[in-house]
Amino acid sequence: MSLLRFAQGPARMLRNVRPTAQIARSALPRFVVSPAASAFHTSANRMQAAAESQTILTPSLGNQQPPIQSWKSLGFEVTGVETANNTRPIYMDMQATSPTDPRVLDAMLPYMTELYGNPHSRTHSYGWETEKGVDQAREDIAKLIGADAKEIVFTSGATESNNLSIKGVARFYKGKKNHIITTQTEHKCVLDSCRVLSDEGFDVTYLPVAKNGLISMDDLKAAIRPDTALVSIMAVNNEIGVIQPLEEIGALCRSKKIFFHTDAAQAVGKIPIDVTKMNIDLLSISGHKIYGPKGVGALYVRRRPRVRLVPLLTGGGQERGLRSGTVAAPLAVGLGEACRIATEEMAYDHERVKRLSERLINGIQSKVAHVYRNGDDIQTYPGCVNLSFAYVEGESLLMALKDIALSSGSACTSASLEPSYVLRALGAEDDMAHSSIRFGIGRFTTEEEIDFVVQRVTAHVDKLREMSPLWEMVQEGIDISKIEWAQHA
Amino acid sequence: MSVLAHRSQVLTLYKDLLHHSSKFAAYNFRDYAVRRTRDAFHAAKNETDPAKIEALIHKAEQQLEVVKRQSLISQLYGGEKLVVENPKNQKILRRH
Repeated sequence: MSLLRFAQGPARMLRNVRPTAQIARSALPRFVVSPAASAFHTSANRMQAAAESQTILTPSLGNQQPPIQSWKSLGFEVTGVETANNTRPIYMDMQATSPTDPRVLDAMLPYMTELYGNPHSRTHSYGWETEKGVDQAREDIAKLIGADAKEIVFTSGATESNNLSIKGVARFYKGKKNHIITTQTEHKCVLDSCRVLSDEGFDVTYLPVAKNGLISMDDLKAAIRPDTALVSIMAVNNEIGVIQPLEEIGALCRSKKIFFHTDAAQAVGKIPIDVTKMNIDLLSISGHKIYGPKGVGALYVRRRPRVRLVPLLTGGGQERGLRSGTVAAPLAVGLGEACRIATEEMAYDHERVKRLSERLINGIQSKVAHVYRNGDDIQTYPGCVNLSFAYVEGESLLMALKDIALSSGSACTSASLEPSYVLRALGAEDDMAHSSIRFGIGRFTTEEEIDFVVQRVTAHVDKLREMSPLWEMVQEGIDISKIEWAQHA
Repeated sequence: MSVLAHRSQVLTLYKDLLHHSSKFAAYNFRDYAVRRTRDAFHAAKNETDPAKIEALIHKAEQQLEVVKRQSLISQLYGGEKLVVENPKNQKILRRH
């Protein structure tokens, strides 16, 4: 399936445009005329006529897919813009990871050089000075989410935090409580932890989301059972940026005495979060999503009312016994500094990200038609802009935009050509899910970069649509959704 | 009195911060450091509370040290330029 999709891109091009000679030579021998071509008909008369005059190419399954190098530029260049010769692409994938803030690195460097003591060493000053740094970091993290420093546990990242909270709570209360509620649009590590638990005998409810990406409180109320142990719903979605109604969910869970975990990897430091006001019992934080270092995260575990967890790692009993193993002091200090900066800069950053986000969306939508933003219009973090470009294949556009580091979805699944499960959960049609691109805007993004992106995206979308038969049909007033496509053999 | 007494000190700090911020080899950090310095000084230009002025000056002094160290590190490890730094592309963007 994915191989077919992969090869259809160039095949579509070949029958519609005069490709450059080099591409025709390298790609043509790899395709044969398929018998399926004769079955390729639509209800539109025009396509029947077209099928007679055009050779429809589909890949022969026996052959390997063409090497990417032979058509990596897709056979065309946008004139007038200098291409990436000895220059790096600009970075617009802030949801995958963010650059480490120089101030964070500055705070970490002493702990990577002179202050190398083990923060758990109680017998000498080397241990004490590192412990002091780690404790300060704990304070700074707690302050950002309105918690107490004692409630922060350092982990290796949000994946570990999510695993620890979901598996930890479920396993501790196993027997009495056997049910977990989560959503279909969670990050893979939450969904996979739940899958492991259902193998262990737990019941898991995956709440659907509406077209705007938000869950319905009625669905959540209906899903709650007397034996529900945990509700895990992410704060800001990593693919479409929608913000779930944390405060309402928290209030509901508290009233039913159910623990509420939220994966706030994309939310912390970007939108205001208060664990007390929102009645959050467990909250996952990631370092590298908030301009901190990779390989570190934190988990907030409420003390009153106490949340009890079965640890994933056993050993020296560090971090209140919840996460054994020496705390990575330089990374913890980096995460603390990133949180301290986020507390100070949140309003400034948010105002700027919002402005750049509007500049990007308006810039693209004013120049290209049929561009839709995925996710809710209002309940969305502006730094995550997921756009669907109708009649353009997202992967082709990504390849054409090689001067911009972008992704069509989460980094974890960017190797697969399957459409994103998050967009599918929104009820997006396959073609719209395939044509989506996620733009990540952050603290260090500039106006110049946004203008560059707008300029490149509009140029390439126009170019790709010019060679798309679907686009041609739309221009002629044919309703694509009414066409009956024949099944491929 | 205090506002005037601080005036030259603040101006020197501002100039130094801008000077060292512009030394970042990395495009995004350079742009941010210059912009953040400007915005922070402009936001505080009407501050009259002496205690607050002292605190802001102290913070700026600390930030200056950070910028000095980090712009140096950026120069040590910085390499290729970004595609938007290409003068030809900048011309197109200005026209755009």
